[in-house]
Amino acid sequence: MSTGLGAVVAEAHETNATALAVFIALFALVTGLGFAAVRWRRAQLDHLDEWGLGGRRFGTVITWFLLGGDLYTAYTFIAVPALVFGMGAIGFFALPYTIIVYPLVFIVMPRLWSVCRANGYVTPADFVRGRYASKQLGLLVAITGLLATMPYIALQLVGMQVVLAALGVQGDWPLIIAFAILAAYTYQSGLRAPALIAFAKDALIYITILVAVIYIPSKLGGYGAMFDAAENALPTHKPKPGALIPVGADAQIAYATLAFGSALALFLYPHAITAVLSAKSAQTVRRNTALLPAYTFLLGLIALLGYMAIARGIKPTNPNFAVPDLFLNVFPPWFVGFAFAAIAIGALVPAAVMSIAAANLFTRSIYKGYLRPNADHADEARIAKIVSLVVKLGALVIIITLPTKYAIELQLLGGVWILQTLPAIVVGLYTRWLHRWALVAGWAVGMILGTLMAQSQDFAPTYPLELFGTKINAYTGVIALAANLVVTVGLTLVLRRSGPADAADETRSQDFDELAEGAEPPPRGVPLPVA
Amino acid sequence: MTTVGLSFPRSGHRTIVMNRRPSRWWYVLLVLPLLGLLYPPLYARSDPELAGIPFFYWYQFAWVIVAAALTLVVYLATRQR
Repeated sequence: MSTGLGAVVAEAHETNATALAVFIALFALVTGLGFAAVRWRRAQLDHLDEWGLGGRRFGTVITWFLLGGDLYTAYTFIAVPALVFGMGAIGFFALPYTIIVYPLVFIVMPRLWSVCRANGYVTPADFVRGRYASKQLGLLVAITGLLATMPYIALQLVGMQVVLAALGVQGDWPLIIAFAILAAYTYQSGLRAPALIAFAKDALIYITILVAVIYIPSKLGGYGAMFDAAENALPTHKPKPGALIPVGADAQIAYATLAFGSALALFLYPHAITAVLSAKSAQTVRRNTALLPAYTFLLGLIALLGYMAIARGIKPTNPNFAVPDLFLNVFPPWFVGFAFAAIAIGALVPAAVMSIAAANLFTRSIYKGYLRPNADHADEARIAKIVSLVVKLGALVIIITLPTKYAIELQLLGGVWILQTLPAIVVGLYTRWLHRWALVAGWAVGMILGTLMAQSQDFAPTYPLELFGTKINAYTGVIALAANLVVTVGLTLVLRRSGPADAADETRSQDFDELAEGAEPPPRGVPLPVA
Repeated sequence: MTTVGLSFPRSGHRTIVMNRRPSRWWYVLLVLPLLGLLYPPLYARSDPELAGIPFFYWYQFAWVIVAAALTLVVYLATRQR
């Protein structure tokens, strides 16, 4: 995905008044929703729990829309079919990735939700700090989250930029206006804004894709004809030939490790955890793991749009335009406006949640952790609101001043980096055996090794690793995580013999247990009767 | 078998009732999607096709539904009320 994406807006498109009018009308509607969200489930928004987590009161339906809108981003809707369009089968790894993630989430995330609820943690970094009684380790987790999130927000802008360019809108100002509006209502309404907008976004997306996967194949002579056309065209693709079926160990190991590593990474991202923690109960999270695959099915259909573009003979100057150009080719202008609005609004939800998650991280782990330990709730909420603006401004500057290529490369690195927080967060949910300084060392090794490996491959997602004489072409993030775990476990064994003793754990074992639906966590300071 | 009721001395806190913990064996079902999908030689084939769709594609689409169903079963079986 790193070739030739430098000039995303290079492709000239004609402006279509009808499409643009529908687009603007829908965008205005959603803007209204964003500002109205401040009145939705009214609460004191000068508390981080309320502004940054929506009061931890979202039920099954809202959580479903919020998580779905948050995880399946506008960039995904552009990049996955673009990859399938260019390379074929390998781009389809998004499907196994977003299937296997939910069984993993089902097991792990209710524990994280419970311990965060019991201790008032707002971010994974809060949990790590409390669990290991280590401000430093919490800081590292927070910084990793910030580093991984920034380019991800920037990529949401790319999604928006692509559809704006396809609508024939020139210049950076529409993007700046869209982001200024987003920044304003996120500042005002906090997590309530993306939660409410997610309803509109998902309705638009589901309608667009269902229409596309029924209507477009009917013009192509059915799915069979579509796959035949892709099978014939893919091997001729340059610079690298694509394939309809991944053949050979190299392609298959890449496919499986990309799916596995991405699944492990997804729910370590701060924006994913923010949405999880805003649910009203651990059961709400569990229920959602059975319901969210509806979005996975949708993503699979979206991936197939790449083949539809091939079969339709779409020749974009840049693979990112495969889907927009396909829509322009087959749909009447008013529906093009509708579909493009779906994608652009699809960028708003994740961008808002990501900036809120980044703001929560900064506020808790850096501002309260180091700069002003005595900050009260109102201070925290005030700082978080300001940081959410700064983060969005930063993403905007990145996209406008740097070639898109860098944002894409940084986002790939972000996935590799965020995986390095797995030992501290996920293993930490089950045991405190890993030593905090071993976790720091393992994290450092994973971060440095992962970055160097990615760089050496010119930011291709896989690395050809020589292991005991055999070459394994695996996802860089998985290799770096393996190195991280080896160092962490090895050093823990050493430190457990001779190192500094553990500091006191802030969490209690019963904090991790799932509560009955609607029950309050046991109050702190009251000794629990032993059952 | 036993139902343990915990009540806190302070009023205003709801009583937490912990039923007998459901069996954790149900979680084994959650491993199936990983086994079915993380070994591509299982399904990286064109045949048998389904309505013109190569096996590689419809097999993975089918897993979306199967995995969701398995998750639902585990949820219903292990939920504590």
